[in-house]
Amino acid sequence: MKGRMISPGKAKGIAIVSKEPIGFYGSFDIKTGKMIEKGHPLEGKNIKDKILVFPCGKGSTVGSYVIYGLKKNNVAPAGIINKETETIVATGVILAGIPCVDKIDIEKIKDGDTIQLDADKGIVEIVKK
Amino acid sequence: MYLTKEEEKILDGGEGEVPEKMLRLLVRLGEIYGADKMIPVGSVQVAGVSYKSIADPGTEFLEDIAKKGAKVKVLTYLNPAGMDLENWEKLGFPKDFAKNQLRIMNAFKSMGIVTTTTCTPYLAGNLPRFREHIAWSESSAVCFSNSVIGARTNREGGPSALAAAIIGKTPNYGLHIWENRQPNFHIKVDTDLKFSSDFGALGYFVGKQVKDKNPYFTGIKDADTDQLKALGAAMAASGAVALYHVEGLTPEADLVKKDKLETITVGKKELDETYAKLNTGKDPDIVILGCPHASLKEISTLAEKLKGKHLKKPIWICTSRMMKEAADRMGFTDIIEKAGGSIVADTCMVVSPIENMGYKVTGVNSGKAANYLPGFCKQGVVFADIDKLIEVQS
Repeated sequence: MKGRMISPGKAKGIAIVSKEPIGFYGSFDIKTGKMIEKGHPLEGKNIKDKILVFPCGKGSTVGSYVIYGLKKNNVAPAGIINKETETIVATGVILAGIPCVDKIDIEKIKDGDTIQLDADKGIVEIVKK
Repeated sequence: MYLTKEEEKILDGGEGEVPEKMLRLLVRLGEIYGADKMIPVGSVQVAGVSYKSIADPGTEFLEDIAKKGAKVKVLTYLNPAGMDLENWEKLGFPKDFAKNQLRIMNAFKSMGIVTTTTCTPYLAGNLPRFREHIAWSESSAVCFSNSVIGARTNREGGPSALAAAIIGKTPNYGLHIWENRQPNFHIKVDTDLKFSSDFGALGYFVGKQVKDKNPYFTGIKDADTDQLKALGAAMAASGAVALYHVEGLTPEADLVKKDKLETITVGKKELDETYAKLNTGKDPDIVILGCPHASLKEISTLAEKLKGKHLKKPIWICTSRMMKEAADRMGFTDIIEKAGGSIVADTCMVVSPIENMGYKVTGVNSGKAANYLPGFCKQGVVFADIDKLIEVQS
């Protein structure tokens, strides 16, 4: 699939998919990368080194700094794929240097798929289902 | 989006890692919002200054880029900090909070940012001209500069404003473009407005109605800059208004297209209902004025009203360091302190940790403060005009 580069770089990893938007501020343990938002479909899961797939961001603008903090603590996702990247996530991934692509039909990606992400070219490839 | 050779060189890392990331951020945001090019800005105002707002991740980010040598290219001011940067100990701000707040201030200072922390930069030495492009983030200051001054800015986030400061440019979209500065609603005001809190209540009501659109007001007979400041701040908080026009009072009001606008009438009934809605508490522990930061005139008005009084419960008035200096010199600070009040500089009630300082109910005359205090500071709110607030504390 081909989308739009938000932040450059390449990554390969296992997909972790959320159908719900993600707000980063207050939703992650910044030391471990564990999702801690009560009632969120990803609650209790760890996003470290995963390809994190979700429709779009939500919530506080401090979320951008949280994405940066996750990366600095080496617990950030290896890459991010969105339906539509809004400004909070765009700001976060660019500052953190996490490869990110949007305008992707994320319905086609399932939890556990192995994903090859080439953000420079905006290409998302499902290498193993 | 069109980029100059110089901009492309920055994107290729020609000026180092920080400018590269900052310009990448601006270009991407520009593409998301349909900008055609980058435009120079005359000044910047950065939000996300209080440790309460940005916490450890934000603090560490700012320290990181400061260490990597980030420097701003244009006059850059800051939003209020989480405490009075000089009198925090005396006013009871927690020590560990202060330590982190000072880390943030040092990081900004080393980037060449003016550490004047205020939501009213236009009263403290950062005054844009009519039609000047700027990149500001404090929502009430955005509303004031667009509407009352006629400068041009979008509502920037903290990082995007910082990026604009480091690059000296912003993407050309939104309110930088004349077509987008036209009004979408006609607000017919059919009641008298006396106190700042009346303008705050009007702003709160209209912001809820028009959300992020541009209102055009008629029926406001007169208003000074303090009242317009209160009106815009409330609309920016209850909605996301970044620009409004007032017939006869604001500079672009005569220039914009006003035909075929949907009309919303606001009378005494709507205003009374807004006052009732914003009152969520009783018997304030503390009254805090100066949201947005008080002008010298507002401080002198308070001093006049407090002259010779002895307050039973505290009144704070928040302002910028510049206004505090003038108030000190004029003896206003002395009068207010003798009555049992305080002039608090550099910070405001919304971004300071008042919920950890023993306060549960706060009295305010600001529609913006009344909007944010219940959520951000877990406060019950008494929303009233300044005379009533002084009465309940006396």
